[in-house]
Amino acid sequence: MAKKARVYVTLKRGVLDPQGSAVNRALHAMGYGEVSDVRLGKYIEVTIDEKAPEAEERRRLEEMCKKLLANTVIEDFRIEL
Amino acid sequence: MKIGIVTFPGSNCDHDVYHVVKHACGAPAEYVWHKDRLPAGLDAVILPGGFSYGDYLRCGALARFSPVMEDVVEFAKQGRPVLGICNGFQILCESGLLPGVLMRNASLKFICRDVTLRVEGGETPLTRGLAGQTLTMPVAHAEGNYFADAETLDRLEGEGSVLFRYVGGAPNGAARDIAGICGGPRRNVVGLMPHPERAAEAILGRDDGRRLFESLLS
Repeated sequence: MAKKARVYVTLKRGVLDPQGSAVNRALHAMGYGEVSDVRLGKYIEVTIDEKAPEAEERRRLEEMCKKLLANTVIEDFRIEL
Repeated sequence: MKIGIVTFPGSNCDHDVYHVVKHACGAPAEYVWHKDRLPAGLDAVILPGGFSYGDYLRCGALARFSPVMEDVVEFAKQGRPVLGICNGFQILCESGLLPGVLMRNASLKFICRDVTLRVEGGETPLTRGLAGQTLTMPVAHAEGNYFADAETLDRLEGEGSVLFRYVGGAPNGAARDIAGICGGPRRNVVGLMPHPERAAEAILGRDDGRRLFESLLS
């Protein structure tokens, strides 16, 4: 069985996000004054074979994030299984 | 002094670097395909600019896992010179050979123009006798906004590892106006965003960049 893991990669707090700021300004210009901040990130779907226990799946996904999917100098990641 | 120039899928400055080393400076050069291993007998390795793997995921993130990089990391750990230009600098950061990361330019725009750099820090294979001088050469990137945490930046400054700083402010938002840094056991790993190979012949407008290649080859 295949299953989908959802990985969210977001900029760490304190790291400037010029894309988010540009989107924030655009939303303001469109009249959405209630928006106070926008941060952009990445959503990654990873389809995996369901054969290992979930703890092992999670461990391997964390490894994938640390090695490739996120750059932990500037990004945090969150995994949903 | 033989220079190996690594070609990744999407590298586009490899021929320029080859031309400058081989024809402008008259030194032996050879291309190394990213799926091959480093040939024996190289004295320095250059990771050229371009868009390796289409800049997918993050600039340099996928190139870092090309087979040749295992050898490049080993070569660097032995204290031998490795130079990364633009995308090459991004690959060096992603592979952990240099600290920090190159983020999207603060303006969100691709910037292609001449910049003036001040050569700083301690001596490296690339900057022999050049400290204190200013050099003009082009940048051409969308992700040149150097970032590292304050502690790392302080350490780099303290060790004299900040090698190139933009004069008159960074065009891309880079922390402390950093354009290039060095690392490795013998200050042998150098990365910079500007393109010295594009300013290496007077007939093409400028030859400031050639001084870096001449230092590397000396």
